[in-house]
Amino acid sequence: MKIPYFPGCTLKATAKSFEVSGIAVGKELGIEFVEMPRWNCCGTVYSLATDDLMHQLAPVRNLAVVESDMEENRVVSFCSMCYNTLRQANNLVINDPEKLKTINEFMDTEKDYRGGVEPLHLLQVLGEVGTKEMEKRVKKPLTGLKLVPYYGCTLVRPEDVSIDDPRDPSIMEEIMKAMGADIIDIEYKTECCGSYQTITNRDAVVERTRKIIESAREAGGDVIILSCPLCDFNLEDRQREVREKYHGFIEMPVLYFTQLMALAMGLEDKAGFEGNQIDPRPLLEERGLLEG
Amino acid sequence: MSENKEKMITVYIMGKAYEVPFGLTIMKAMEYAGYRFIRGSGCRAGFCGACATVYRNKGEYKFQTALACQATAEDGMYLAQLPFVPANRKEYDIAMINPEKNVLSEYYPEINRCVSCNTCTKSCPQELDVMYYIQAAIRGDYGEVSKLSFDCIQCGLCAARCPAEITHYHVAQLARRIYGKYHLQIPEHLLKRIEDIDAGKFDNEIGKLKKMGMKELKEEYTSRTIEKIQRGEVTQ
Ligand code: FES
Repeated sequence: MKIPYFPGCTLKATAKSFEVSGIAVGKELGIEFVEMPRWNCCGTVYSLATDDLMHQLAPVRNLAVVESDMEENRVVSFCSMCYNTLRQANNLVINDPEKLKTINEFMDTEKDYRGGVEPLHLLQVLGEVGTKEMEKRVKKPLTGLKLVPYYGCTLVRPEDVSIDDPRDPSIMEEIMKAMGADIIDIEYKTECCGSYQTITNRDAVVERTRKIIESAREAGGDVIILSCPLCDFNLEDRQREVREKYHGFIEMPVLYFTQLMALAMGLEDKAGFEGNQIDPRPLLEERGLLEG
Repeated sequence: MSENKEKMITVYIMGKAYEVPFGLTIMKAMEYAGYRFIRGSGCRAGFCGACATVYRNKGEYKFQTALACQATAEDGMYLAQLPFVPANRKEYDIAMINPEKNVLSEYYPEINRCVSCNTCTKSCPQELDVMYYIQAAIRGDYGEVSKLSFDCIQCGLCAARCPAEITHYHVAQLARRIYGKYHLQIPEHLLKRIEDIDAGKFDNEIGKLKKMGMKELKEEYTSRTIEKIQRGEVTQ
């Protein structure tokens, strides 16, 4: 399968391991992610916060490029936030032709968007491949590794952009089970990580992170897996501050789910573990999943 | 210009009507009307970027931008010249920059306010993908910024039109300087040529040229042979 791919800014900067591992996993499963020839920021910072149409230009232009320049009707992004932004903008303009007209008129010399592109998240595309196909590619099952899937909000909220059951999503569980891992379900899996509060209200995020990590620990989890660079920053990087504030707090590795898929498929050179703030390698070595 | 009956058009310079011959550039039309350019004009050939101009066509609502020395004045145009764009340019010492970090964001944090409206791209007389190079700047991709902005002549129209108050052309210039200094490899043939120059290999030739008179020099110039080189090939 070939599918247009919208990377988003973070996957080109701080979340490179997400992109590299995801692309490698896709290749292994016969999916070619064709990066859009040109793209701009998904528009997340503004477009979620206001109905000001100026701020919908970024996501809508990206969809127009897929529609007109690539002549395709789907586009996938790995980052949950990019997915959410593109999807919400798409829903907005499809449900409100007046707004779409206004946006197209503003873009004037650029190509119109006609509403013919479906934004998808990587998990949905992998879901299409199916767990049977995936199981065939597993070279090193993640046996005994207890994974805690974390969706946060942007994959499942608001309801009309949800990639799965918004209250109890399981798409990540199914994929990781196919990789041979054990799954630990926690109550907080769709709880918000604190998002951009991490800049203005850092302490709230530190507390939130502690709550999520501790509940994962108590449930017997080894590793949190997720698919959003901002969730990753809050849940992974902020653990250092949790540790400084709470003595006795034990850090837990946080990984993009694709990193562990890459490991399971024997593509560990693409897993990018060296880029993680909390090094998962000692744990993976202890479980016999990595050579020391 | 034809001797009899030139076609005349009406242009409005800063709101006042003037009759000028058809076929002039905006710059020449304004000069014909009696304006003198002390600033806001340079090469008159579309290279220096000094002559950023704004105008509106008759019957249209759109605010347009161009280089005054390049765009033709049309009947009914409203004209005004921008003598200077007072855009923010940061001071930096290129030798002190850490090229591994995204210093573009550091020196010009306003790039992160880009809402992708693309107004900059539409204002660019060089037809560059200005918005896409700002997007690349946000990601710290010096190579991409350099590639997309290479033909920038720094007229400043993008900055004048940007709702986020980004000074695109200064951002791009910093990116190109960093890319040139830290990321591009120094071409070997250039090093070799510098060595040759230092060793005095061309002193004789240059000495001859220096002694020539204007006429001789012109002859030399027009009769010179130009070496054809293949792409990537290095001349001896
Ligand atoms: S005067 Fe130099 S570009 Fe117009």
